Formats: sequence, structure tokens, C-alpha cells
Amino acid sequence: MAAKYDVLGSRAPRLDAPDKATGRARFADDLNLPGQLYGALLQSPHAHARIKRIDVSRARRLRGVKAVLTGQDLPPILYGVSPARYDEEVLARDKVRHVGDDVAAVAAVDLETALEAVGLIQVEYEPLPALLTAEQALAEGAPAIHDLFPGNLCAEVHQEFGDVAAAFKQCHLIRSGRMVNKMQDGAFLEPNACIAEFDRRGNLTLYSSTQAPHYVQRTAAMVLGLNMSQVRVVKPYVGGGFGPKAAATPLELAACFLARRSGRPVKMGFTREQVFLFSRARHQFFHEMKIGVAKDGTFLALEHRCTLDGGAYSSFGIATVYYAGSLLGGPYRLPNMRYDGWRVFTNKPACGAQRGHGGVIARALFEQQLDLIAQELGQDPIALRLQNTMQAGDVTCNDLNMSSLGMRECLQAVGDGSGWRGKRGRLPRGKGIGMASGFFVSGAGYPIYRSETYHATVTVKVQEDGGGVKVLTGAAEIGQGSDTAMAMIAAEALGIPLRDVRVESGDTDLGVDLGAYSSRTTLMTGHATKEAAEDAREQILQALAEELGVVRGRLSIRRGRVKIAGGPVDIGPLRGRYLKEHRGWTDQPTGRELSFREAARVAYLRQGTIVGTGKYKPPPLGGEYKGAAVGTSPAYGCSAQVAEVSVDLETGQVFVERITDAHDCGQAVNRTSVEGQMEGSVSMGLGEALFEEVKFDSKGRVLNPSLGEYHIPTIMDMPQMKCIVVESNEPNGPYGAKEVGEGAIMPTIPAILNAVYDATGAVIDELPLTPERVLAAIKKAGQNKKGGRRKG
Amino acid sequence: MSSHRIRLTVNGVAREILAPANRTLAQLLREDLGLTGTKQGCGEGDCGSCTVLLDGEPVNSCLVLAVQAHGHEVLTIEGLAQGRELHPIQQAFVELGGIQCGFCTPGMILSAKALLDKTKRPSQEQIRRALSGNLCRCTGYQKIVEAVSEAGRRLSRGRR
Ligand code: FES
Ligand code: FES
Repeated sequence: MAAKYDVLGSRAPRLDAPDKATGRARFADDLNLPGQLYGALLQSPHAHARIKRIDVSRARRLRGVKAVLTGQDLPPILYGVSPARYDEEVLARDKVRHVGDDVAAVAAVDLETALEAVGLIQVEYEPLPALLTAEQALAEGAPAIHDLFPGNLCAEVHQEFGDVAAAFKQCHLIRSGRMVNKMQDGAFLEPNACIAEFDRRGNLTLYSSTQAPHYVQRTAAMVLGLNMSQVRVVKPYVGGGFGPKAAATPLELAACFLARRSGRPVKMGFTREQVFLFSRARHQFFHEMKIGVAKDGTFLALEHRCTLDGGAYSSFGIATVYYAGSLLGGPYRLPNMRYDGWRVFTNKPACGAQRGHGGVIARALFEQQLDLIAQELGQDPIALRLQNTMQAGDVTCNDLNMSSLGMRECLQAVGDGSGWRGKRGRLPRGKGIGMASGFFVSGAGYPIYRSETYHATVTVKVQEDGGGVKVLTGAAEIGQGSDTAMAMIAAEALGIPLRDVRVESGDTDLGVDLGAYSSRTTLMTGHATKEAAEDAREQILQALAEELGVVRGRLSIRRGRVKIAGGPVDIGPLRGRYLKEHRGWTDQPTGRELSFREAARVAYLRQGTIVGTGKYKPPPLGGEYKGAAVGTSPAYGCSAQVAEVSVDLETGQVFVERITDAHDCGQAVNRTSVEGQMEGSVSMGLGEALFEEVKFDSKGRVLNPSLGEYHIPTIMDMPQMKCIVVESNEPNGPYGAKEVGEGAIMPTIPAILNAVYDATGAVIDELPLTPERVLAAIKKAGQNKKGGRRKG
Repeated sequence: MSSHRIRLTVNGVAREILAPANRTLAQLLREDLGLTGTKQGCGEGDCGSCTVLLDGEPVNSCLVLAVQAHGHEVLTIEGLAQGRELHPIQQAFVELGGIQCGFCTPGMILSAKALLDKTKRPSQEQIRRALSGNLCRCTGYQKIVEAVSEAGRRLSRGRR
């Protein structure tokens, strides 16, 4: 396989790494524009309150203040993520719905002045009952958080595939369980920041740390009353996103309005605390499942209910509540599945998408139950999964097509790689080994708004001198390595070395790209990049064929050299022209073959600048039922992991000591980046499993809005990871490639849960695994089953 | 707010800056000197992305007042590479995939430099301890540990 490609599958260093290693790479907060003002937001101290009056007169009078805006100054336009649920205002007009909801915005000559002005704004609130749990919000007589949604139900889903009731009657064994997690924070290292600037003709440029320049452009245009063509969103380097940066923020939109009002560029940023108050990260999920299997372990039926605490706005939550159900359709054959989901508004920061969108906690419970089923059947957990796993070409009961699926290979790889057979059931009490699997979309099958838009358009411009090409794309490099992946795909398609490809990305002026979410970029932007590069290559070779007087079919390019099949052709005249044009240059082409440079130059001389274009849009996907779109994708990545833990039986503290991880990413584009995504996924999953929890007080205030108090994994918490890259050949992916960015997080939490069970006999149904919780569960397990478990 | 005249050496160059008493070293570097390679992930001492070396010791520059740096020597990420050559630590991070979004990278590399200046061939454990104040949300740290380890190998093989 390795020899198949010249560039793909290698470990090429990232294009951006040298700039990032030397401090040259610029992030949003590193940008400054001449004459810029600094913006600041006034945010609600109440979780739920009516705004009676806002007095901004003292703020307006403060020296150095250039603009003060409240909701009343802005057009009454609601925005959000799903058009059917637009429920957000840039600045609250009548009421605030969570602590940190934005009420007013100020721009001033410096940040100190802007903050002082914010402090001078007086708001009279009429506090309303704060609904801080889904239960409170759904209770009879609870006030409506949004007038549009009496009863505080944001969305509900009811789906049945197959005949679940009939299937349960056939089951030999039925197990039920529940799982609840806690609200997460994305905890990307770079707090959101942006600068907005209008030119004198009314065109807006917004530089922002976003994952989705296209959606931000669209939302800004809609809210500001501009055409999308008048709005340019530019994404500098972004310090991580993981989901919460995938939609427009009030920060960005307020900066735009302030810039328009003041006539000057306005720079704004969230503090770390404001990142927590804005959130848009993982929901809190309450899952209940009933799983039935046949005597031989064949999975027959799943009944699944889930309530999501959504926070104050819909955000990505409609997709989330669907994903929470649909992502259990695979990677095992499961003919009958029923799902009922409810997403509830509460007076907390809105939750949204985070790595493994919607599926992570569902997966945790499902995989935990599978292990318990395996135990009851006396089967090995890996064997049970192998027995039930789907194969390439299988379609799930909810119409997701596993066009490639290296699930079996992943299961075998982690079994072998971890030494499973020698360890499972053989470790002393307090030590455990557990495993789990999972799968994820490789790009959402449909855009967030209903549209026939291409999901990605890419331009490959051949430099006029022939010395290289430039890939122009709106795709968002947010740390995952998409710039490098696109450069590698372009290089492969053109047959030139990677160093001859440059990438300009993250700018809405460069084309449509829906952004870095749903693990879509490698497959979707990759397709468009490949097509654009092939288009450019064809144009070059066509021009060259005419120049040489040979048929096009005889020509190809490989490793930067032109190959001519079928007998000698005199390249002398062409070379001569090139040499004459470059007298005095030291790197003249030599050898018997023409170089790409000569070919591209001659193509330019014949027909002007060579520009290749490419585009991608998935074919219509999925079933006919309501919500069938969510979960569809042209391809699915899958993975398996083995976790080895030790549990301190006195304190309940869990240490993850080793992770063995296998992921099927189709053809690996960049091996180092694939492993990087796997390792990063494990660390986020480990954090969620062991520590992460956004905590609230009784008034809806975040108790731990800092990276000191909200514990993400440090280098001391992370175990040695062994990453095994499994490569299938995805028919719907460019060169067979598909996702790795999110699927890799799916097995982490359940693998740890299952390892903790193996170590202690404790079945734990609440995350994170704090020492107190683990200790209580160990005690309970000990009472239920004297003497613990099978091992001594 | 009273201003102070601060004299310090930044990346080998003597600087003199007038700064208010509450200005942090991070602000002085980023805003007054335009050295934006020093990042600010939290501004409250929790993340290490603002790490610089103060007389060779790693500090969170968001917690150090500019006046406290008076008379001292500061090394930021911009001062590490010699000419066009990357420093071996930077080179190892680039080659071994220790960089994803890159926001933690300057701080990581400088913490690693402080370690390798003292301990030529650190153990995994020593590397982890030395970088324990630097958060990274992207990499899971594995390739960072490998990069520091490899840089240590190269540094002790090469000069010194
Ligand atoms: S910015 Fe200084 S420690 Fe986070
Ligand atoms: S590379 Fe993104 S935080 Fe470390």
C-alpha cells in the first residue's frame, strides 16, 4: 500500500508547524488594525430575568467611549444555528436567559475604558425563577424561557426502526441501564477573539477565531442586513475549537455592530471566564437503555430514551438530540431500535456541539451494557463485538451506509496490541482492563441550513512561473491539520512534491466551505481539492500535448517530472525556450525529462493563468423518516480502544495507565496527523471520564469558570498511548480517505468504565469518575456481591 | 496609575519601556513590544501558554508584573531560533507532530528549553513534571513528550 502514493500516507511535517514553533503564526488576538477600538460586553448576573430598563448615559459620557449598544439599538433579528430554531439575539432586548447572557456592548479607545464604561451601565432587572435542571424546566407551571417554546421543550425526537416490542419477545437476555454525564467545556486553549472592520463602501471584514467562517459570514450578513458578498470572514490561526467555535457568537456580531456604529475597527475577546459562560460545549445527557440479545449473543433490540439539558438556546442542539439516538445504529448489526429524545431549555449557558457530537455518552452507556451482557453470557467482550460487528457495505437500521468499515480490524488490533488475552480476567483486584468501540460520521450529509449549496469549493491556481501551485479554500484549519492534508492531496493529484504546494485557507472570499465540524474536511474539502488539482493538471498536460504535438494520453506527471509514454519525443525546443527565458538563474531544469515547472510555464504561455476548480456535495443520503438527515454521511470512521486502569480501592481514585487505540480512517493522508487526532481524542475522552464538569450554584452561576478549577487532562494525567492506524479503502472518500477527528473519542469513556468495572466490580452510571463516586460504587458493589468479583 | 521606566533584556536586546505599575509582563511583550508569540490562554496562571524564561526560569508571564522584570533577562519564543535555523527543540516539535493548533506551543517549547538546559537527557517522568504547568487540549501530550525527548537526544549528541 505504501508505494501506491508519493505523498499520501507519509509523515510530512505540517506546513504551519515552523511558524507555530517560532511564534510567527498569528491568531486573532495577535492581529491589530490601525485606529482600532476595543470592545467589551456587559453580561447578565441573573440566570433568568426581565430587563426593565437600561441606562447607558453615564457610559456614553465617559471619555474615550466611541459606541455603546443595547438590544434596542439593533435590528430585531433572531439568529442561531438551525433556521427552524432561531432563538438568539446579539444583545438581549427583553430578557436574559442565563448568567452571562449579553446585554450591552461598548467600544472605546482602550480595553480599560471599555470595561469601565461597561461598569457604568445600569440595568434594572426583574428576576424570574431560574430553571436550572431539565426537571425544573419541564415542571407544570414553569415559566417559559422562550415565549416561542412554552413548556421549555426545545425539540423532541421519536423514532422506531424495525419492531422493537416484537424483538424483545425473542430475546434471551435483556439488560437495562442508565448513564448521566455533566455539562462540559470545550476548553480550547485560545479564548475566542475577533476584529471587525468596515470599509467606506460598507463592506465588512471580520477576522475571527472560528471553526466555520462560512456560517459566521452567513449569520453576520443576515443579522447586519448585508449581502453575503459584502461580508468577508477571515480565520487566522485558531487555537482549537472542538465544536463550540462552529457557529457565530455574540462576540463576533457585537464587534460588527460596534464597528459599523463607530466607523473604526473593533477588537474584542472573551476572557476565559466568558468562554465558560458562552459554553456551546457538550450537553448533559440522561440516557436510559434497554438492550436485548439472543442466546448466542446476537444483538436484537435497543430501546433508548434520552433527555438533554440544553441550556438557554437551541444552538446545535437539534442536531445533538438526533445524533444522541442515531449514532447507535452502528457499528454493530442492530435490526430493531427505538429512540425517544427530548432537549430541554434551562437557564444555563447554551450547550452545543463538542467532539463526538451527541454520541459520546450514548456510546458510553451502550458499550458498558455490552460488557455486562458479555459477562452474563460468559463471552469475551471483544469476541461479542466481533460477532456482531457490521461489515463494509452493511446499512444500519436507520439507513446509514457503512461503505467502508474496518471495525473488525480495529477490534483485532487493539486485542493484539494490548495483550488483552493475557490480561483480561487475570489482573489483581484494583487493576483492570476494558475495551469499547464506536463510529462517527465523516462529514454531515447536509448543511445546517436547507440548501443545495456545495459543501466545499476549491481553487488550485498554478503559479504563472510554473514553480508551484496554490490551493485556495475557505476550509478552516483549527489545529487538526487540514491545510497540510489539502496540500498533500493537491500534491498527489498533480504529481508534484509537497514543497511546491502552498495553501491559503479560512477566508470566505476564497470559496464556500462549510467549516471544521462533523469531521468533514478531509473527505469533503479533500474531494474538492483533488478535483481542482486534477483540473489544473489536465489543463497543463493538454497544453503541453499540443505544444509537443503528441496525444494527451501519452503524458503524465509524477514526482515533479513529466512522463511521456510510447517512444521518444524531442523536448529540446521547449527546454530551449525555458532556458532562454531564465538566463542567469541557477536552478535550470536538467535531465531527459521535462519538469512540472517547464510544463506549467508553457501552459501559462499558451493560455494565461491556469486555474483548476473543484467542488463537492454529497449525493442525497439517508432514509425518508423525520430526522433522517442527522447521522447521514458519505462515509463513517470507526475505532476500538482498550484502556488499562488501576483503581485505588481506599480512595476511589482512578488512574488510566495505558490506552491502545485503533482507528479506521480509510487511506491515511498524513500518518502523524491521524495519530495526533487519535491521541487528542483520547485525552478529551479521558478528561470527561475522570474530571470534567462545569458546576453551577443555586443561582445558575458557574462555580469553576477557569482552567485551574475546571480540570482538563494535564501531561501528568495522560497515559502512554499506542495508536494503530487501520486503513480501509473508502469508496466515497478522496483517495479512499475518511475521518479521524471525532470517531476516535467514541470508545474512550466506555473503555475506561469497563476497565474500572474489571478492576473493582463497580458499575458506575454517573460521570465523571470522581474518587467519591467510584468509592461509593465499589462499596455498593461489595454489598451486592460479597467478596467482589470473580477474581481473587 | 503611576508609570515606571523598565529596563530589561528581551531576546538579547536591551529595552527600555515606560509601563504602568499594573502592566503584566505578558502585556508588555505582546502589546508594547509586539512579541505576540507569547500567548494568553487564561490570564490567570492556569494554562502556561504565556510561559517565557525569566533569567532562564520558566514563568507565567501573565502573573509577572512588568516592573518585576526590571533588570532581568527575558527569552520569548521569538528569541529561540538562531537566524533561519530552528532551535533543535522547535525542530523536534515540527518533525514529530508535537504541534496541532499551536496555541500551547510557545509555552511548551520554552518550558522544555528550561528543562533541557539543566537536564540533558531527561526521563519521561522528568519531562512530564517539567511540562505539567503547560496545558494542551489538542495533542494528548504524547508527541510533545516524544519531541522533548528527541530534542534532548539531539542536543546532547550535538553541541555541548
Ligand atoms: S495565560 Fe498565563 S497561565 Fe494562562
Ligand atoms: S496544540 Fe492546541 S493546545 Fe496544544
